[in-house]
Amino acid sequence: MTVVLPAPDVLDQESAEWVRTLASPLDSDAAIARLYDLLLRAARFEIHRRRGGFHDDLAYQAADDALTAILAKLDTYRGASRFTTWAYKFVLLEVGVRLRKRAWEGREIPLEGDALETRLRGRTPQGAAEMGEFLTALRDGIRSALTPHQREVLVAITLNDVPIDVLADRLGTTRGALYKTLHDARHKLRAHLAAGGFALEEESE
Amino acid sequence: MIDRVLGPRGPELTCEQCFEELDRYVEVEMTGGDPDAAVPGMHAHLRGCPACADDHESLVALLRAERA
Ligand SMILES: [Zn+2]
Repeated sequence: MTVVLPAPDVLDQESAEWVRTLASPLDSDAAIARLYDLLLRAARFEIHRRRGGFHDDLAYQAADDALTAILAKLDTYRGASRFTTWAYKFVLLEVGVRLRKRAWEGREIPLEGDALETRLRGRTPQGAAEMGEFLTALRDGIRSALTPHQREVLVAITLNDVPIDVLADRLGTTRGALYKTLHDARHKLRAHLAAGGFALEEESE
Repeated sequence: MIDRVLGPRGPELTCEQCFEELDRYVEVEMTGGDPDAAVPGMHAHLRGCPACADDHESLVALLRAERA
């Protein structure tokens, strides 16, 4: 299948108009107002879609922060997508971060699986028997092959479903840094399992 | 579950690269193209990173609603 990708630096007419007006001293006020309106509508749509209830304060905050980010990064927009698609990702990120944070507000973050076995077994449809050896090796790997920080991050995100940005917030780090930690932890675990003779099949779709 | 713990095999983008490429990836995806050829490593990251998968789902849903 061949896809015609928009060539960088060649903008469609509507996108070019956005970039031109936002950067123009004459037209930028009106363009910024139009953009803000678009961001706000997108934020409200997303809050509604995620059944986040009616939080118009949250929609405004997300639109505010997204607008700031977009204007600061305007010169990095190269037309790899339509301008509005590019702009939307900023406001959707802001909404997502806020909704995840709100959902975990005041909640204890489970960093360690108290009963790792129970959790692993409960999460496996096949249940106990033939998974036994593999789960034992996995549990041992989580306990012995990882650093305490790696273990904390892996257990919180993959077993306790703590959103990565919520965890980053509590630990005073960033989503990107935590994902790197998770990535390294997974790598070590897979190596541990392979060394124990467990063939990890390629995942199926 | 095991997949969730062990994550995707093979090379994958970082969260920052994922955000960088998200708009392009989604447009290729929605115009019937091959997004994984357009942005290698993205699919693996979306399988491995629940937060980026959320952001991806959000953008698809918004563009779908807009085009409906
Ligand atoms: Zn990510």
